Amino acid sequence: MGCGALATIGPFWVMVSTSLMTKAQVFQFPPALIPMPLTWHNYGQVFAQVPFLTYFLNSLLVATLTTAGQVLFCAMAAYAFSRLHFPFKNGLFFMVLITMMIPPQVNIVPLFFVMKSFGWIDTYAGLIVPGLFGAFGVFLLRQWFNGLPLELEEAARLDGCNPWQVFVTVALPLARPALAALGILAFIGSWNSFMWPLIVVQSEGLSTLPVGIAALQSSYRDVTDWGVLMAASTLSVLPVIMLFLVGQKQFVEGLLQGSVKE
Amino acid sequence: MVQARPTLINRLAQRELFWAAVFIAPLICGLFIFTYIPVVCSLALSFSSWNLLGDPQWVGLENYTHLLGDPLFFKTMAVTTVFVVVGVTLEIVLALAVALLLNRAVQGIAVFRSVFFLPVVSPMVSVALVWGWIFDPQFGWLNALLQLIPFAHLPRIAWLYDEQWALWALIMIRIWKDLGYTMLILLAGLQGIPSHLYESARIDGAGWWRQLWAVTLPMLSPTLFFVITVAMIQAFQTFDVVYLLTEGGPGNSTQLLVYWLFKNAFQFYKVGPASAMAYVLFLIILSLTLVQWTLRKRWVLHE
Repeated sequence: MGCGALATIGPFWVMVSTSLMTKAQVFQFPPALIPMPLTWHNYGQVFAQVPFLTYFLNSLLVATLTTAGQVLFCAMAAYAFSRLHFPFKNGLFFMVLITMMIPPQVNIVPLFFVMKSFGWIDTYAGLIVPGLFGAFGVFLLRQWFNGLPLELEEAARLDGCNPWQVFVTVALPLARPALAALGILAFIGSWNSFMWPLIVVQSEGLSTLPVGIAALQSSYRDVTDWGVLMAASTLSVLPVIMLFLVGQKQFVEGLLQGSVKE
Repeated sequence: MVQARPTLINRLAQRELFWAAVFIAPLICGLFIFTYIPVVCSLALSFSSWNLLGDPQWVGLENYTHLLGDPLFFKTMAVTTVFVVVGVTLEIVLALAVALLLNRAVQGIAVFRSVFFLPVVSPMVSVALVWGWIFDPQFGWLNALLQLIPFAHLPRIAWLYDEQWALWALIMIRIWKDLGYTMLILLAGLQGIPSHLYESARIDGAGWWRQLWAVTLPMLSPTLFFVITVAMIQAFQTFDVVYLLTEGGPGNSTQLLVYWLFKNAFQFYKVGPASAMAYVLFLIILSLTLVQWTLRKRWVLHE
């Protein structure tokens, strides 16, 4: 068990430790486990060599808006599938669920041309909007709404609230744990996504962290500056790890809800 | 003439319909534009020839027959199959071992679970670069670690630059990244096995090994099927590591399916063959999901 944990932590150790080394220390064999002396030079270099702050803010903006939109749209649809009565309800729900079987790579070429026809190539809209609609979130939240007691909502209906008011004032607050779970999943997914931003973004000013870091890596011709790359990696890993540690309970619940506890 | 007035029930139903439309419209519209339409277009493009200029030409099955005549397609499929089958087998065995150990541990289970989960939440791009450095032929940490083994005198391995090792290196990275998720699901499955089953097995004199095969694995089989399917689907979709670390090389030894698709579509602008490949991927994943569904149903009935 200890060995497994060590093997898991090892690469993180390598990443942080290398990010604190001078070039001479990096290219020393065998490498030192803890660099002596420590240097913050590489972190300065990350911001000097590429517009790293821009990448970071882009990632933050895209992930935040994607999360907010996805949670809202999924919650709305999930509430309708759980509580409202309308024709073709089961058929529509099935249509939503089967999209989980379509690997995103299958759609990527036509999606690129959809974006092109909207004029959304190399825009924030192109980065954000296609990521707003997920079947998994609908599935997860519908389960949760199904488990809520009806009485509170019925009371609100009798008080004259329309379905939207019931949804916002009664159902959503009760679903907070599930919304948090989906929110964390969506944020991490968006923060880490690489292939779609790589395709839809062309200018440096719109790059998200993964695209920016990949560009930094390919900018080294002969000798790779591993210290700088590791500093950039550390900075992009830290926010999601912190988010995970804070929201761990909801995150794990969300994952399990989507798999075994059907 | 009788005035047809809507009854109260009718009006309520109409109002309900209105609200249902409001609630599901954004999702359904979004799925139409960004999923349903592209998936149909992708199928159409797989039957056409298009260089992005002018109109696509209908060519029937030509893209698919072309794939079957292309040695690189077979190489890609072979490499992808090895990557998926070997990688997922190793991953499941390892994850099961860790989950079994964690399930017995009384203390520290939460801490270990978190530690194994750190790679799952980390961005693949950063993970790939860290491993790229670990695998560095000259100064990398893995070669340094192997040199520490006494008397073995292991040669320095070029890992990502060695045709023999590159795919193994990528398999290792994927296992390291995904193990925590598989382990988490398996652990939840293990914790759902009623303990009286183990008690009666123990009374019958079954040892640890016998209990594993007679109680744990049969009871865990629905969960096992689920994680195997998910891991295979994930593995088939691998792209980031190939793009960042090997670009399919050396000697096409890491030419994975999705990377091949990406290169054809966005670097060579061969939209037709790329779309045909996309549908090959779709069919593989669809059949994996369907196999899992039917087998699972059968299992649940027998439980």
